[in-house]
Amino acid sequence: MTGLLDPRWSEAFARLPDYLGAHVRVSLAALALGLAVSLPLALITRHRPAARGVLLGIASIAQTVPGLALLALFYPLLLALAALSARWFGVSFSAFGFLPAVLALALYAMLPVLRNTITGLQGIDPALIEAAKGVGMTERQSLALVEWPLALPVIMAGIRTAAVWVIGTATLSTPIGQTSLGNYIFAGLQTQNWVFVLFGCAAAALLALAVDGLLALIEHGLRHHRGRTRIALGAMGLAALIAASLAPSLARTPAHYVIGAKTFTEQYVLSELIAQRLNAAGLTATTREGLGSNVIFEALREGEIDAYVDYSGTLWANQFRHTDIRPRDELLAELSAMLARDNVALLGELGFANAYALVMPRARANALGIRSIADLAARAPDLSIAGDYEFFSRPEWTALQQAYGLRFGNQRQMQPDFMYAAVAAGEVDVIAGYTSDGLIAKYDLVVLDDPRTAIPPYDAVLLLSPRRAGDRAFREALRPLVGAIDIATMRDANLRAADGKTGSAADVARWLWDQIAAGRK
Amino acid sequence: MSASAPAISVQRVARRFGRVTAVDDVSLDIGEGEFLAVVGASGSGKTTLLRLINRLIAPDNGRIVIHGEDIAASDAVALRRRIGMVFQSGALFPHMSVADNIGITPRLIGETRQEIATRIDEMMALVQLAPELRARLPHELSGGQRQRVGVARALAAGPRIVLMDEPFGALDPLTRDTLGEDYRALHARLGLVTVMVTHDITEALLLADRIAVMCEGRLVAIADPKRISQSGEPYVRDLLRAPRRQAERLAALLTQGTR
Repeated sequence: MTGLLDPRWSEAFARLPDYLGAHVRVSLAALALGLAVSLPLALITRHRPAARGVLLGIASIAQTVPGLALLALFYPLLLALAALSARWFGVSFSAFGFLPAVLALALYAMLPVLRNTITGLQGIDPALIEAAKGVGMTERQSLALVEWPLALPVIMAGIRTAAVWVIGTATLSTPIGQTSLGNYIFAGLQTQNWVFVLFGCAAAALLALAVDGLLALIEHGLRHHRGRTRIALGAMGLAALIAASLAPSLARTPAHYVIGAKTFTEQYVLSELIAQRLNAAGLTATTREGLGSNVIFEALREGEIDAYVDYSGTLWANQFRHTDIRPRDELLAELSAMLARDNVALLGELGFANAYALVMPRARANALGIRSIADLAARAPDLSIAGDYEFFSRPEWTALQQAYGLRFGNQRQMQPDFMYAAVAAGEVDVIAGYTSDGLIAKYDLVVLDDPRTAIPPYDAVLLLSPRRAGDRAFREALRPLVGAIDIATMRDANLRAADGKTGSAADVARWLWDQIAAGRK
Repeated sequence: MSASAPAISVQRVARRFGRVTAVDDVSLDIGEGEFLAVVGASGSGKTTLLRLINRLIAPDNGRIVIHGEDIAASDAVALRRRIGMVFQSGALFPHMSVADNIGITPRLIGETRQEIATRIDEMMALVQLAPELRARLPHELSGGQRQRVGVARALAAGPRIVLMDEPFGALDPLTRDTLGEDYRALHARLGLVTVMVTHDITEALLLADRIAVMCEGRLVAIADPKRISQSGEPYVRDLLRAPRRQAERLAALLTQGTR
């Protein structure tokens, strides 16, 4: 890293208005919704201990669900709701991005607000409540003039806690399609761009501190007798923040085409490549990165994004829930037909496959005389294997075990980025890697043959949304990518993107296009 | 008592809290202009009786008539605005200034800002609070000042009846004595009906026109200070034993001192 001269800093800054603006919008909307729901609930239930217990229980449970899971859960929920609403009322809405993020984050904001409001109101000296009654206040006047102002410091503390939690957790809304400061973090983690990771974390922390500070100002103003200036300052600060977050989105001409990317390196490079091709063809395009693999297909089908790259085996097994494994051509043909039913167009294969593969160091494989998975099976009981978080629960693993009678001595789960280094260092003997990963070449690893074709084909395919399926200019701009990327080039590109030294995903995408263009000459 | 109708008439009133009978078949009349002290040990039901009079709680049996009207039939909030109440250790609203505390009932009634401001000035003068205390918060006041604000707050909407719940209990003896005397003078000047709950029979004897003695929810005696001090009722004699002995010893000491 070369300090602040690193071009990645300026790239990070260039994205700040977009990411920060979206982050502020989604966090403040969630906070406002959380307040709008929890404050009345707290007031209604304050004299009803049973209802209060149930309410706090539900909020506590919501709080124990990890943020990422809570956000991810809201997506299918809203999807189902949108379908119902479309059927019953003829009104559909987008279950993607802003709405699920706001709802999940609002739920997250509820517990501190509810708990502090209830605690604050309960903590008031009963003698004061009786005095309020005694001087002739109605219940409502007692609440407005005595109980509420006295509980306010505790309530505001809850609101501040909620604000900090929501702003922090909003970074996790990137995978469900909501742009946020989390885009830096997800992209940075995948492409080993620590500048991005750091930048995203720091920006989120500063935003949380700023909002907390403004709320503290309002709180002090409310607590102190003559604090109108502070209240005004705090409120103006918040208003300015909201205005600033809206300004860039209003000023910017919205991009016509949106290209999706999942949460790993190859996807970042390919989405940049697609956007660059569209821009080169005079079509304005932007990328929407870091989408969860469960979200991205629905986003395409709903027209939230216009194109992305998926893998035939993933669609086959995850999207269409097939458990059988077919030969490559048969599977692609079947897949095209199934996609057509959703009006999604499969423009073509890019030319490489990114399949799961059993991978081990070349030297070790040679020493043990292992060339294929069949050879490996005999040695497996003495060896250990590592895979990503989902591999061991996927049908491929079951198929491999059945086809070859694989039984490993030990199996572990690992973050994909660290798997390759671990196998190269001998910490595990075999890993379930991905065929297009650049690290295979870097660490001199070998992909073991699969003579019984237990692992289904994972051809990279370019999918177009129903809305764009018939868009000629769009199809023509993307056509040159079909069949243009071989596995070696993709591995090279992934390696360049993953080490973070060569430049950003956009730089690597430009390099990749140069390779493609050179190959076509 | 005069022959005219009583200001407050408590008629066979009872109130239970769970199994405890806090007020047990109590009847008493309080005349116009009268200062009645209600005396008893803690748990005797004296505070409950006070809270029944302005409907902070409702009786299980019996009825209370104020100025000829059964209070059960009147609007509770309006009733409380018409009756001043001074609470134990003040119970001032801690987030409101002295002025806002005093002006609260006029504000609830809907008086204009100007009327309220005038009222606050009058009240502060009446209870001898310096005008520069207007903007202070209750925690910035002394105990005696706080209780003066409490009295001013109770009087601000011009009530005919004032209920006081152990108003001077938490004060030092000197302040307590001064405040008691000052209030007694106000009571006379404004022609109020005052019902003051206290556990201190000496205070009651010195301030009140009549004293009601309560024990375990029942009214055991009600009479003027002179008759109370000569009462044959065993509980009343018990209550009076300590102050009487103190007074005798004090008198002996003081007469020795002057010699």
